Amino acid sequence: MKKTQNQKAWFMVLPVLILVAFSAIIPMMTVVNYSVQDTFGNNEFFWVGLEWFEEVLHSERIHDALWRQILFTVIILAIEIPLGIFMALHMPKKNGLWTSICLVVVALPLLIPWNVVGTIWQIFGRIDIGLLGYTLDQLGISYNYTQDTFDAWFTIIIMDVWHWTSLVLLLSYAGLRSIPDAYYQAAKIDQASRWSVFRYIELPKMKGVLIIAILLRFMDSFMIYTEPFVVTGGGPGNATTFLSIDLVKMAIGQFDLGPAAAFSLIYFLVILLVSWVFYTTMVNMDKENE
Amino acid sequence: MIKINKSTFIMILYFVFLLLPIYWLLNMSFKTNQEILSTFSLWPSEFTFDNYIVIFSDPSWYGGYINSITYVVLNTIISLAVAIPAAYAFSRYTFMGDKHLFFWLLTNRMAPPAVFALPFFQLYSSVGLFDTHIAVALAHTLFNVPLAVWILEGFMRGVPKEIDETAYIDGYTFFKFFGKIFMPLIASGIGVAAFFCFMFSWVELLLSRTLTSVDAKSIAATMTRTASASGLDWGVLAAAGVLTIIPGALVIYFVRNHIAKGFALGRV
Repeated sequence: MKKTQNQKAWFMVLPVLILVAFSAIIPMMTVVNYSVQDTFGNNEFFWVGLEWFEEVLHSERIHDALWRQILFTVIILAIEIPLGIFMALHMPKKNGLWTSICLVVVALPLLIPWNVVGTIWQIFGRIDIGLLGYTLDQLGISYNYTQDTFDAWFTIIIMDVWHWTSLVLLLSYAGLRSIPDAYYQAAKIDQASRWSVFRYIELPKMKGVLIIAILLRFMDSFMIYTEPFVVTGGGPGNATTFLSIDLVKMAIGQFDLGPAAAFSLIYFLVILLVSWVFYTTMVNMDKENE
Repeated sequence: MIKINKSTFIMILYFVFLLLPIYWLLNMSFKTNQEILSTFSLWPSEFTFDNYIVIFSDPSWYGGYINSITYVVLNTIISLAVAIPAAYAFSRYTFMGDKHLFFWLLTNRMAPPAVFALPFFQLYSSVGLFDTHIAVALAHTLFNVPLAVWILEGFMRGVPKEIDETAYIDGYTFFKFFGKIFMPLIASGIGVAAFFCFMFSWVELLLSRTLTSVDAKSIAATMTRTASASGLDWGVLAAAGVLTIIPGALVIYFVRNHIAKGFALGRV
């Protein structure tokens, strides 16, 4: 659609601008402020320049958290995206009661508060009172997510898959629903195999929503805090301490304002950079389509 | 009649995976603590409502729900009120810096809440809003407003511009056109945006926990604090968890037919 140029449109955007400025720019400036200063308490601050940034960039602890974070994000993307697409292909195609049931059940995990998701899996995985833990224990598999690193990772990953695959599923499903029936009929006439229907009709049509799905899952998994915080609290040791958990520990637990602020800025920039790449790809794709 | 074919079978398997942990929570919420800890059973042998009675009779528990719902509703109203005009501007006009502004809004959706936890705490304390519902509602607009603008813009782009022009030719003023013609056209878009605002505000823990202490404490914070204080009361915790699932399940039932469309158009 051709848009008209109208500078007065700024007035319509103004409320959003003021609101987001209050809840984003002011706090962000506080963070910037802390990141270049040190304090001995009593609200006396002095300038330290880029010292905190250097400290953060060389910090062993943050490097470890970053690697854990990347590993986690890669694993859950590798599971959730294919699984979500696969499940979307099996969603019912006609509208009806069964479709409604499917949509409601599938969307259910997305609506559960994140800490309750944590609580659910915390209980579910316990050997004494949880179904999963108890069953594994009875099968003779040693499983204890509070002590064993591998088990803790296993629990958190399966929890994330449980929690978020539905998002990928719903997005892919929306993409699939937008394919006109004529495409399938043409494929039928050509006697295309199931795989080529998927490869040449469904996948290209889902490309747009899939990129959004990957972008959202990337951002959200990179910021994950609540669920691992409730289930493992970052443990055993530091085995599941992801970036956000580490940051909150540093900022609110230890009150190391300077390093925490520098850490926040770097963290934010990393997410921003990757998201920008995704966003540009998306916009360019839109242009190609038009 | 539902035919049990391969697809249905696979869906049912997935349902089992999704529903089993929720069932387990439900199961536990009807058990006494003694039963939870002593015997392992797939369904409650002594069916009890005690855990729910505890929640509905203790103000520190049911207060949490009231607080949560209050700030979620406030947040949804604020987000939509500012996002609707902005989304209209983005979908209809070009103006100086529009693309940059749009991306800048989205960056706030990308910002990790952990980054903002401490500055929010200090900002809201210094303006005297700490531990109020409005503080949490405002804090959540950080990620909900960009999202609402994004979704609404997608829906509004789908409404042909000729409709605006025809309305003006017919002598409608801008506000009359907006309220009488445009809003009904994008009603489902507003519904979807409201749904997402509700959802993301309802599920968030970190900011709501940081910004409240007593008066506006959210149910999520109540749950984590109880869990860490006096030895765990699993039954009550499970019951509280079950109760937090209900509002979401209700909301999703109403918007179920728009979700898929919302995702596609709103490009969330």
